Parts: sequence; C-alpha cells; structure tokens
Amino acid sequence: MAFLSFLDRSHTVAKPGFSRWMVPPAALCVHLCIGQAYALSVFNLPMTKLIGISQSTPEDWKLTELGWIFSIAMLFLGGSAAVFGRWVEEGGPRRAMFTAGCLWAGGFFLSAIGVKLHMLWLIYLGYGVLGGCALGIGYISPVSTLIKWFPDRPGMATGMAIMGFGGGAFIASPLSVWLMSKFSTATHVGVMETFVVMGAIYFCFMMVGATIVRVPAPGWKPAGYTPPAAATKMISRNDVYVYDALKTPQFWLIWWVLCLNVTAGIGVLGQASAMSQEMFPGVITPIAAAGLVGLMSLFNMGGRFCWASLSDFIGRKNTYFCFFVLGIILYITVPYAGGSGNVALFAFCFCIIISMYGGGFSTVPAYLRDMFGTRYVGAIHGWLLTAWSAAGIFGPVIVNYLREYNITHGVPKAQAYNNTMYIMAGLLVIGFICNAFVRAVHARYHMKPDTDGSALNAAGTAKAATA
Amino acid sequence: MTNQNTGEAETTSPLKIAAAWIFVGIPLLWGVSQTLINAMQLFK
Repeated sequence: MAFLSFLDRSHTVAKPGFSRWMVPPAALCVHLCIGQAYALSVFNLPMTKLIGISQSTPEDWKLTELGWIFSIAMLFLGGSAAVFGRWVEEGGPRRAMFTAGCLWAGGFFLSAIGVKLHMLWLIYLGYGVLGGCALGIGYISPVSTLIKWFPDRPGMATGMAIMGFGGGAFIASPLSVWLMSKFSTATHVGVMETFVVMGAIYFCFMMVGATIVRVPAPGWKPAGYTPPAAATKMISRNDVYVYDALKTPQFWLIWWVLCLNVTAGIGVLGQASAMSQEMFPGVITPIAAAGLVGLMSLFNMGGRFCWASLSDFIGRKNTYFCFFVLGIILYITVPYAGGSGNVALFAFCFCIIISMYGGGFSTVPAYLRDMFGTRYVGAIHGWLLTAWSAAGIFGPVIVNYLREYNITHGVPKAQAYNNTMYIMAGLLVIGFICNAFVRAVHARYHMKPDTDGSALNAAGTAKAATA
Repeated sequence: MTNQNTGEAETTSPLKIAAAWIFVGIPLLWGVSQTLINAMQLFK
C-alpha cells in the first residue's frame, strides 16, 4: 500500500527549487511510447503470415480483420480519455502515467499471447482495449500537467509532449522491423517475441516518466512570470468544471474546429502514398511515395511543436484561422499542382497541410486552457478527443469513397482526387466559421473561487450558474 | 523517492535535467534520422 501512496498526487507535488524542465522529458517518456500506435501497420503483413510464414494461408488472419485492432484502439482512446479524464485530473499525473504504462505493456503482452495461440480476439482485447485505454489516459495526463508548469508558454509546452506522440512512430517503426528480423526464423515470423520485448521496453520507459513527473505546488509560478493583472478577452483566469464545460457552446465549437481540421489532414495522411502515385503516374514511384510519407511524418511532428509555440504569441484563435485559411489555399492548389505536373509544389502543399494537422492537435489543449482554465483542462481535453475518433472515420471515408465514386464515373485516376481536395477545402471553410464564433465563456459557467478538489461539483457550480 | 511537499527545497541539478533530456532525445533523434533517410528517396 506504501507503493500505491507513492502514486498519489500529494506525493508528486514539487518542492521549491524543482526545475520545471524535468517535466517535458517525463511527458515525452509516455508520448514517445504510446505514439507507437501510428506504426502499428508494420505488423500487418507479418501477422497475415503467422501460419504460412512465407505466404498467407486460408487459416491466416486477413488484413481486414487486423485493421480492426487499430480501430478498436482508437475507439477506446477517445472513450477512455473522456471517461477517465476527471480521474486523471484529480488523481494526479503519476497515477495516470503508471496506469497507462501497465495497460500499454499489458496490452502488448496479451497480444503476444494472442499471436502465440493464434487467437485474434486476444489481440483485440490486448492492443485494442487495454492499449486503447492506455492511449487515452497516457495522452491527456502529461498534457494537463505541462500546462500547469508552463503558464507563460502553454502552447510550447503541450507542443513538446504532443510532438512526442508524432515522433513515437519514428522509433517504433524501425525498431519493430529490426526486432522482427532478429526473432524471425525459417519457421517463425517473430511477431510474438517482438511484442514481448516492446512491451517490456515501453513499460520501463513509461515508469521513468511516472517517477520523474511532478505537479507544481499550489500558487507556484515561474520565476519572473507575472500573470496578467486582468484577464484578456480570450484568455480566462477562471476555471470551469468539466461537466459544465460540456454545456458551453465554446466546447462544441472547438470540438468541430478540431474535428474538421483533423478530418482534412487525416484524409490525406492515410492516402498520401497512393494519391501521389496516381496523380503523378510514372513520376512518383512507390519508393519516392514512401519518401513523401516519411517527409510528411516529419512535418507532422515538427508542426506539433512549431504551430503550438507560435500560438503563444499570436493566440490560439488566430492560429486556427491560419490553419483554415492556409489549408483552404493549399487544398485548392493541390489539383493545380497535379494538373501542371509540379511535384515540388504538390509535396510542399501536403507537407504544410500535415504540419497544420499536427499543429491542430498540439494547439487545442492550450485553446481549452484559455477558455476553461487549468483546473480541469485534462478532463475537458479528454472529452474533446472524441472529435479525433470521429475525424478518424470521416477523413478516410471521404477520401476513399469520393475516389471510388469519381473512378466509377469515368474520371481519370490522375484527377480522381480533385473533388476530394475541394471538399476538404469546404470543410475548412466550416471550421473557419466555427472558430470565428468562439467567444469567451460566460461567467455563469465559472467555478467559485476557493472551492476545493472533488467538492468542485456541479452543485457548486449550479449555484454560481443561478447567481 | 517520495516527494511530498514538506516545504524543503529540492534543487534540480543541471546534470539531472540533461540526463532526462538525453534519455528521451537519443531515441527520438535516432527515429527522426531513420525517417529522414527514407524521406530522401523522394529526391532521388
């Protein structure tokens, strides 16, 4: 029980003199690990040959069946972030990061057993359910902690952590391929052992993060930082209780802002390889297309840090305006680049679009903090991540189905994506309008000052609401 | 290893901060370099 108390929020409160620069590495320890989710596809082909080894047999799993692993994980990411957000906020980051580490490693170990016994439902349960919950809890806990440590630069702070989520795939992808090559034999694919080793590595890494993470003491502020004397119009100094935040129009406007920004980005991210080859037949080879995807991943990661850091200077609302205006221009430019055979312009457009996709993720926690205060920002962020789950369905569906529709109606493959690009630009117009409607949260939703912890309940705020 | 806020000071040494950043920085840089090598295929 003494060990469990080590996880308590009270045991993570930093003493005077603790450097806040220890916290971003703690956050990165978690996000670099759970970012592996973006690289799950490297296991797809090997897992279709677990029995046949050199080629798939009828008894082997199909790609369509394996695709559900990622979908289940994404579903549980959104669900767990929403359901456990308040628990994460009130229990503290160490408990949440420890739990995420156990679930993440446990998910890998259970999946390894699933591979060994060739039982797909165990992988659905392991990576999908346990791993998905680890994704949700692990994603939000360091983000809200960083916001509290960096009140002067919340965008940059969350950008650092969420950049790690984008970077996790860079590590996981080559590591997985290397491990499988080490464990594979003429009669064995090596997926099971790779899962076990990766689960163990991720567990150790995440435990380091859970150990070094701290929360600032009440009333702490960075040396030399003076909070603005009066709240600015778009940066609140008041906190809003998580379930009250869900009742505000601001939450749902930002939900749509994120959903539309992610829908536009995710649609091209998943299809970039095929799209580039079909728009530039004979010019962009499959190897070059893989290079483009790699380049886009780097912009995705870099955009998370750069755009969120920029938002500290120009404001969150203006940053999203940049995403939408630039995005509309770039999406409209893509068909022109395809038509004129300008590969450099095409690659430039996609890289900037993807940087804004990443920037959308990393800027939104600071946007929520500006609107709803820091107290329940993690829990509110958890609910907002359902927009990500929704966008994960909208984006690929729009791109794939429109392409199919165009091709079956006689549109050449090279031009099949043009309408999709215009529709994406249209979605960004809607996003622009939603962002324009975001105003400061009405005072009736603000929590009463000096109300404490979990006692900050709806009843308390209801009084404020009726006052 | 507990860190309850008892009012004592806890000065973090620069070495500790550097170690924490190196711990996460090395794998990240390795991953980025691998991706960059793959991305170069676009320009060949």
